[in-house]
Amino acid sequence: MKPAPFRYFAPETLDEALSLLAEHGDEAKPLAGGQSLVPAMNFRLAQPAVLVDLNRIAALSFIRPDDAGGVVVGAMTRQRAVEHSELVAARAPLVTETVPYIAHAQIRNRGTFGGSLAHADPASELPAVALALDAQFTLACRSGQRVVPAEAFYTDLFETACGHEELLVDVRLPTAAAGSGFAFEELARRHGDYALVGVAVAVQRGADGTLIDARMAYLSVGPGPVLATRASASLLGTRGETEALRVAASLAAHEDIVDPPSDIHATAAYRRHLIEVLTVRALTRACSRAQEGA
Amino acid sequence: MDDSALIDVALTVNGTHYQRQVESRLLLSDFLRHDLGLTGTHVGCEHGVCGACTILLDGEAVRACLLFAAQVRGSTITTVEGLAAADGTLHPLQEAFRQAHGLQCGFCTPGFLLTLVPFLAENPNPDDREIRQAISGNLCRCTGYQGIVDAVRSLSRTGAPKPAHEAET
Repeated sequence: MKPAPFRYFAPETLDEALSLLAEHGDEAKPLAGGQSLVPAMNFRLAQPAVLVDLNRIAALSFIRPDDAGGVVVGAMTRQRAVEHSELVAARAPLVTETVPYIAHAQIRNRGTFGGSLAHADPASELPAVALALDAQFTLACRSGQRVVPAEAFYTDLFETACGHEELLVDVRLPTAAAGSGFAFEELARRHGDYALVGVAVAVQRGADGTLIDARMAYLSVGPGPVLATRASASLLGTRGETEALRVAASLAAHEDIVDPPSDIHATAAYRRHLIEVLTVRALTRACSRAQEGA
Repeated sequence: MDDSALIDVALTVNGTHYQRQVESRLLLSDFLRHDLGLTGTHVGCEHGVCGACTILLDGEAVRACLLFAAQVRGSTITTVEGLAAADGTLHPLQEAFRQAHGLQCGFCTPGFLLTLVPFLAENPNPDDREIRQAISGNLCRCTGYQGIVDAVRSLSRTGAPKPAHEAET
């Protein structure tokens, strides 16, 4: 057997799961879709003493509208269900556009929306999308719940604001407001591989057609998903002309917070080049969609 | 429950009901092969990359090496042994693989078949790009994939009838 021994619990309610996590502290690991955790266990890179399997907690698997026009996705909702959700497509089209880039269909059948977000792999797509959309994460522990914005959720490499006794229970995706536009771009050597670089952008035009909001978030360029705030701010007040997009892309590639790694797949310099190319592509599409929406 | 405690698992595989006791860390792929003797499910990388262990869990293609047997209590599973008819007649997709040289050593084949069965049910007339995307999560080191794509394409032409509004094209 590949994984090290562990004690297995399969609670059927959130309360039960939270009690188990409180009882076992940092010895316990919650198991969502298992598409990252189980490989790590098979390699024995992860050897949790206790596994709390969340797959039988039906209450954590849902997609529903919220009163503010957005959509709330339960943490245990399969990525495949999110991919095919009409509600998500209508209210958070950036998510619908991005999910097919996550690994392969067999992985998305099992992998969960919340699991991917909470795992905080810097190469994964959904954390960058959550940053671009300013998603709100609901964390629960035995004593109650708190809501953390995506920017505060991601703290470092595979590190989040979610404590050992807490669980991510749902994610609120704000409504796609009038005049908003989105796009996702990534480059991977083969479909489904980890992307060399990826970017998720969300922009919004005001009544006069100028950009009043812009959020550009990256994957595979730092210890976690990275929001290029300075570059995003440079777009405000412009109409999204080609030159403005080029300036924003160049700023993003050279922001302090953007620190792409060099590895066997690509050099840091090549990744910076990709940041510029992919950013212009994504912004061009997002701005033209925002035009349609205005 | 101590570390060695066994967990009861009852499930249906290829229409047969099984009841076993498993250790928590037993992977579903090993459970199918060692405990149930269904060695058609092949084990390649054991970390979710090669796709050889793909099975249908409640009708959906998943990696058996990324699930614990303890998790599938009450589920319905189909493995490659469940594809052919009881009299040995191959499933149309198996027959197409045979005709189009969609396999050579055969190690990856069960994973390809079980990836493609639900794909074709959902999308009976895929184009080449869709076919290649559908099999992107399965590795084959013999065929260069061409025979596999040919096999799927031959089915998409002759297998499922096209919807009426496409019949003219």
